[in-house]
Amino acid sequence: MIVALKGLRKVFQSRGEVIAVDGIDLSVREGELFGLLGPNGAGKTTTISICTTRALPTAGVAVIDGIDVVRSPALARRSIGVVPQYNTLDRACTIFENIYFHCLYFGMSRPAARSRTDQLLGQFHLAERSSSYPSQLSGGLAQRVQIARAIAHRPKVLFLDEPSAGLDPQSRLAMWEAVRGLRQEGITVVLTTHYMEEADELCDRVAIIDHGRILVEDTPAALKSSVGAQRVYALELIERSGLADLTTQIQALSGVVRAEAMPAGVRVFAHAADGLLPEIIEIASASGLRDLTIQETSLETVFIQLTGRDLRE
Amino acid sequence: MATSVAHVQSASRTGSLPYARAFAGLLLRDLFVLRRELFPFVIRVCMNPLLFLFVFTFVMPHMSGGAALNPTAATGMNFGTVLLPGLMAVAIMFSGIAAVALPLAQEFGVTREIDDRVMCPLPVAGVAIEKICFSALQSMVAAAIVFPLAYYIPATPVVAHVSSWPVLFLVLVLASLTSGALGLTIGTSVKPQQIGLIFGVVVVPITFLGCVYYPWAALVHIRWLQIGVLINPIVYMSEGLRATLTPNLPHMPEWLILGMLLVFLVLLTTIGIRGFRRRVIS
Ligand SMILES: Nc1ncnc2c1ncn2[C@@H]1O[C@H](COP(=O)(O)OP(=O)(O)OP(=O)(O)O)[C@@H](O)[C@H]1O
Ligand SMILES: [Mg+2]
Repeated sequence: MIVALKGLRKVFQSRGEVIAVDGIDLSVREGELFGLLGPNGAGKTTTISICTTRALPTAGVAVIDGIDVVRSPALARRSIGVVPQYNTLDRACTIFENIYFHCLYFGMSRPAARSRTDQLLGQFHLAERSSSYPSQLSGGLAQRVQIARAIAHRPKVLFLDEPSAGLDPQSRLAMWEAVRGLRQEGITVVLTTHYMEEADELCDRVAIIDHGRILVEDTPAALKSSVGAQRVYALELIERSGLADLTTQIQALSGVVRAEAMPAGVRVFAHAADGLLPEIIEIASASGLRDLTIQETSLETVFIQLTGRDLRE
Repeated sequence: MATSVAHVQSASRTGSLPYARAFAGLLLRDLFVLRRELFPFVIRVCMNPLLFLFVFTFVMPHMSGGAALNPTAATGMNFGTVLLPGLMAVAIMFSGIAAVALPLAQEFGVTREIDDRVMCPLPVAGVAIEKICFSALQSMVAAAIVFPLAYYIPATPVVAHVSSWPVLFLVLVLASLTSGALGLTIGTSVKPQQIGLIFGVVVVPITFLGCVYYPWAALVHIRWLQIGVLINPIVYMSEGLRATLTPNLPHMPEWLILGMLLVFLVLLTTIGIRGFRRRVIS
């Protein structure tokens, strides 16, 4: 295991006690593209910060490439590349210099640093912008420079914290392309996201994290099939007094895997069976159906099933 | 089991060479950026001593005949001679603020750029010490720029001669490192939003009470002040340069100056590194 977290906990003491990470165990295999999917405040950044020596765990161990990151942070940093949630490009240096000096920090000779920088600028389609300053770049380009810089010293593991936050769809696709390219180089990638499409599209394995705990961990396909249903119908009702009755009624329909009473109505997990939707609508109409949303099963559904909440709530 | 692996590997992969290379890389980066901003740097270093010398050692003497403003008239020295070491000390101190405290406040507050350098394969303290060393280089250059100004501008001739080159060098290095450590301490302990206040609250008081414009011995008639200013590191910078550049002026004994500079260097470096670590590691 290239990344191994055991019993990781982080409690912040500022403004009361905040348990940001609450006992995380995680293993990432070499060469894998691993995703941490969770809502805001789930503890994703804190977990990454501990792995990348930027935060000290309250308890637990984090071993990366065989190095205990708490005991030997300076050594561990040689195996780690990081792209944080915010732009940390050196504003006083050009794009070329950002990567070039990064190479020097990691002990390359000047000619080696120069050729590595040129190679990365080419690989990430940044060659024309090499003498621009970070403030002159769009968010998507800055993100690409950060990735290029993070892997310049050939780390074993690259940590990407919310790599597509704030990117337009086109830049996001370009970023995905760049990240997929990395795995051809054999770099293990750990990324955090709260976009389920991103976790689904990009990652080999995904861990869903909420309130500092890992709820499940598997391939996206396995996670989706664990729901046991293909659709989720969310019914919003005007009349909520007979909710329990209604739920049992819907539950009894063939094709329905499970029905749950919600504050606003009923949530139905179902197979994609012919004629099921009209039946559900008919039953629900009695309680005054106000609105109906239909979702294909996705990692979002998995999250809903595990927590009863939406990822975005 | 994982931890035993860590030990085997760290034994084979550590060594101080990677640290040295990372440190050198950081220093090179800072020098490179400074070179690009050479002109503002020179302006910043020159402006304060230029104006000060111009007004107090050129304009004023022409107004009053030169005697009235000289706090050391009794010892027969002119004000220009008093100011030479003092203004160099201010330049040294101020470089520490400008090279470390102000950029750090910005990096902690707005841009978080420092994160990139904290990720160097170097203990965090090493990154902080590099800041101090880089600032010390600037301080020494600043002192070298101020010397000719303070020597040639005053209307009356400045009496200066180096009593001992090794001691002068030692004073310069210690004073420069100490001011870098002071900058680190200020930059990491002041809230980024309040960094503007430090000029009024820290820089101006330590300058005016730093035996810059008068030798420490001249405070003999205000005993409480003479004792009180001893907690000000600038005092030892000014007195140190006075002892080595204008030894005819009254000054503290050299052993005391060097000893106190060393004490302040260790103290401020320790506090500064602790603050830096607190800022970058949560
Ligand atoms: N330095 C800190 N001091 C106090 N509390 C903190 C600190 N950093 C994070 N927290 C808290 O820890 C919890 C987890 O935060 P974290 O940043 O790890 O979440 P996240 O999953 O990255 O969320 P987001 O999607 O918003 O980036 C939050 O409740 C947050 O308020
Ligand atoms: Mg985050």
